[in-house]
Amino acid sequence: MSDARPAAGLRVALFATCVNDTMFPGTPIATLRLLERLGAQVEFPTQQTCCGQIFTNTGYYDDALPSVRTYVEAFEDYDYIVGPSGSCVGSVRDQHPILARYAKNPALEQAVARTSARTYDLTELLVDVIGVTDVGAYFPHRVTYHPTCHSLRITRVGDRPYRLLKEVRGMTLIDLPAADECCGFGGTFSMKNSDTSVAMASDKARNVSSTGAEYVVAGDNSCLLNIGGVLDRQRAGVQAIHLAEVLAHTEEDAS
Amino acid sequence: MSPRRTPAPPPGELRDSLPFPKAAKIELANVQQRANLRHATHTIRAKRAQVVGELDDWEALRTAGAQIKDRVLRNLDDYLEQLEASLTAAGATVHWARDAEEANRIVIDLVRATGQDEVVKVKSMATQEIELNEALERAGIAAWETDLAELIVQLGHDRPSHILVPAIHRNRSEVREIFLEEMGTYGEAAPPDLDDEPAHLAAASRSHLREKFLRAKVAVSGANFAVAETGTLVVVESEGNGRMCLTLPETLISVVGIEKIVPTVEDLEVYLQLLPRSSTGERMNPYTSMWTGTTPGDGPQDVHVVLLDNGRTTALADEVGRKALRCIRCSACLNICPVYERVGGHAYGSVYPGPIGAILTPQLRGLGSKVDRSLPFASSLCGACYDVCPVKIPIPELLVHLRHKVVQEKAAHHEVHAETAAMKATSWIFADSRRMEAALKLPSFGGKVLRGRLNHFGPLPYPASLWTTARDVPVPPSESFRDWWARERGGQR
Ligand code: SF4
Repeated sequence: MSDARPAAGLRVALFATCVNDTMFPGTPIATLRLLERLGAQVEFPTQQTCCGQIFTNTGYYDDALPSVRTYVEAFEDYDYIVGPSGSCVGSVRDQHPILARYAKNPALEQAVARTSARTYDLTELLVDVIGVTDVGAYFPHRVTYHPTCHSLRITRVGDRPYRLLKEVRGMTLIDLPAADECCGFGGTFSMKNSDTSVAMASDKARNVSSTGAEYVVAGDNSCLLNIGGVLDRQRAGVQAIHLAEVLAHTEEDAS
Repeated sequence: MSPRRTPAPPPGELRDSLPFPKAAKIELANVQQRANLRHATHTIRAKRAQVVGELDDWEALRTAGAQIKDRVLRNLDDYLEQLEASLTAAGATVHWARDAEEANRIVIDLVRATGQDEVVKVKSMATQEIELNEALERAGIAAWETDLAELIVQLGHDRPSHILVPAIHRNRSEVREIFLEEMGTYGEAAPPDLDDEPAHLAAASRSHLREKFLRAKVAVSGANFAVAETGTLVVVESEGNGRMCLTLPETLISVVGIEKIVPTVEDLEVYLQLLPRSSTGERMNPYTSMWTGTTPGDGPQDVHVVLLDNGRTTALADEVGRKALRCIRCSACLNICPVYERVGGHAYGSVYPGPIGAILTPQLRGLGSKVDRSLPFASSLCGACYDVCPVKIPIPELLVHLRHKVVQEKAAHHEVHAETAAMKATSWIFADSRRMEAALKLPSFGGKVLRGRLNHFGPLPYPASLWTTARDVPVPPSESFRDWWARERGGQR
């Protein structure tokens, strides 16, 4: 009998991202389970490390280049690369070409052009490549969604996350006031300009709390670390959770 | 020393300002300013979004706005010569200024030649940039700001904190106090029963300024655009006070950055749609003044144009950085910026605050001072500025580019500090996944010991305190994803 699941026959490389790999393994595990449930064959090329944006965004181009090379080597054999982070996917697509040009290395430029074009945010892979919005998820909670700057304005995932969330069974999705405003994370910005960063994060946390949601959902654990960090300090009773974990959650998990 | 003619600004040089993070910390504590800024930026954002949404061809206009400026910048030498020729043919006198000092000297000499000891001023960023008012004051010439917001700043012994609305950090009750206290010292006093009704404040400024307009023989302006083909200068404004300055005096001196050129009058069609909608959120601004040299019997008969470099050709030489020279000073990037909204303009230590200031100032002034080296980092790279910029300046990309320049500058001075070392070490680890796996096994990674006892860290010592002063942090998990993968899916890649 042939496999009728929507992603049957699709071979996907999982780009876990260094932050998820080390700090939030639940997110790549959820991504893997979700994609396998939809029928995809998911591989994890173990030579992968990091997209390099921590170096790039802090101005250390030379220190970013080893990560770019590692990325290309790990993923060059794949047509579909998926990462559960709008920010890291954005960095691969926007910054890797800039860095390869900076390195004055035409071979690297060509290789980067291929891997960058084949790298997808999880929501893009689901909606555009696999063609699903109902992924069979069940999450019986009140939820608000923070779209994250890089998902909005770098990878430009648009309304894909909302389309996916609307199909989740049992869930109440509440609009987040001033949703498109930055949470103040910004990588090393959160340390170099910690006072300004905290001022921004506090406003974001206040908006999240105002919705009365139990969970704040986003496509990036770094932003959730920031927003959740303030909410936890306030004992606000709102939990931060990655979109992939919500989408991976099913009735069986709940029972 | 003879007494000052005009209100003294705060002491000290802008370039010696505190680095951004320190200045921001001070500004963040100013509760009144934060309320004023939140209200003002949110109001103007909404207005802009509405009028921009009315135009179906907004994206095409943005692209045209960017491309015309890029063409000008690519061929700036030719366009500058063309502008000089057409200005001269129209009866204006052209002066070239390499830097602020040269520009100020030219203006002082021109004013002195008229025998006058005061000028009225049209709101202008270029003259703020070269700090012309203070140079004139030192030369015994009084410069009177006539834009309402600039007047509030000048009378308040203050500095501008916004490109378009220099007194955005003030609310109307503060303005009332400034008018009551200061106006009488420098001209017609405010009525003693002045309240904080906007109409009454405007009336007080109108009668204070009128006296100066009617007396003035010399005006100083900038220009929003300079048309190379015809030598026409353009000033876009809301109040009409600029037009008074541009028409009543006998002598008009305009200080114009060399990047203000547009090739033809037709090109104004694009910018006069982009600018008002982006800056004040209006479909069209109330006053657009254009003048082409001199016209016998009409307006100033002695017209001078000072073309200002002051770091612009240095920026032009950087193919990435030069995109900042497309800027038409609309302020949309300031109004949308979550950092600017909270800290205000003074924290940037520059007449150009906000996202554009963070990419323009370090290029115009160089990376010599602490504040200039801190500016490219004064952003969370959220990208909101790029989306609203009417000439599509990729501000986040330029910020990162300038951060790289700061790192290079520090390396050139052999400034190796903790950050450089940490970046090198982490880079080495990320160059090879086996090193990353080994690093995760180190006890210093921390999770193994603590897990089970608590799941969040509260306040931690410096440098972690930069994060944990206001934010908890989760304890790292006992197993990384790659360990999980090896355990669960051992054989596969
Ligand atoms: S950078 Fe763009 S948005 Fe900012 S002031 Fe200049 S033109 Fe306006």
